[in-house]
Amino acid sequence: MLISKKAVHSALFVAFTMLNLAVLYAVQSAPFLAVSQVVVYTGAVMMLFLFVLMMVGVDSADSLIEEIKGQRVLAILGGTGLIAFFIFLTGGSIYRTVVGTQNVDATYGGNLQGLAALMFGRYVIIFEATAALLITAVLGAMILTHRERIRPKKTQGQMAKELFAKGDYKGPLPPPGVFARHNSVDTPALLPDGSIAKNSLPDPLVARGDISPVDYDDLAEVQIISEGLGLVSDSETEEDK
Amino acid sequence: MSPEAYLILSAIIFSIGAMGVMLRRNAIVAFMSVELMLNAGNLAFVSASNTWGNLTGQVSAFFVMVIAACEVVIGLAIIVTIFRSRRSASVDEPSLLRW
Repeated sequence: MLISKKAVHSALFVAFTMLNLAVLYAVQSAPFLAVSQVVVYTGAVMMLFLFVLMMVGVDSADSLIEEIKGQRVLAILGGTGLIAFFIFLTGGSIYRTVVGTQNVDATYGGNLQGLAALMFGRYVIIFEATAALLITAVLGAMILTHRERIRPKKTQGQMAKELFAKGDYKGPLPPPGVFARHNSVDTPALLPDGSIAKNSLPDPLVARGDISPVDYDDLAEVQIISEGLGLVSDSETEEDK
Repeated sequence: MSPEAYLILSAIIFSIGAMGVMLRRNAIVAFMSVELMLNAGNLAFVSASNTWGNLTGQVSAFFVMVIAACEVVIGLAIIVTIFRSRRSASVDEPSLLRW
């Protein structure tokens, strides 16, 4: 956990340690704590950690530059000193034989019942204080992560208008057109007034001059046919003329 | 089983957590180390409870768990807020309060 470069690996190591601690709780006749360790720590807390890691710093590796001189050496020395100190304390304490909680459990009728009797009996004030603490924590997290909207959210229509207001056309280029007799790329699309739509032609072909000319006789023929079939309404034909 | 083993394990886990806080620069990893220290304390509580045949240790461990959960929620919210404004999760970056 200390030396793994990636934060995600550290998180998984810690989750593994917490699972092992749950096993140790179960061994030491604390089944309720073992289950809540798995549910609260490995289930909720570590997954929250992983979630935030994915959101925040999954690619931010630790910098290897020491900001404070000799900090790393001092930290390792301090850590080993701490271990030695605690083991010294453990060795110096007076031991008695392990009693085990089975007698207490038996008086209450079980581990969970015993915990409940203590929690809702002698420690009920602390229990209710933790309730207040939890609610405060939830509210605090909501307020801290809430982002105030400074300007109103843009609608899709507004975004589209802004995009096209810049001038460069983002939509699809004009297709060959209603009266087109060819659909090859060198055939220009015609606007409703019969003129050529410039942006329907590929630039290289324009540069080479490889544009097929518009056959206006053909076009007129098509128009006559479509009028005869009733495909073009009178108002439209009048406008075209 | 004698409680020394559990106490020594608890001491080692606590010290690893303390070293993690001192060594690691990433705020989230340092925060996980704090969680590890709390867990070591819990292990000591539970083993004491088992040794003395008293359920109070287990109740204390339970309260520590609740408080750790609150702490994680608030701490991670602060880290996310700092990351949003500074684009960094390193504990060296937020030095605005230093004069």
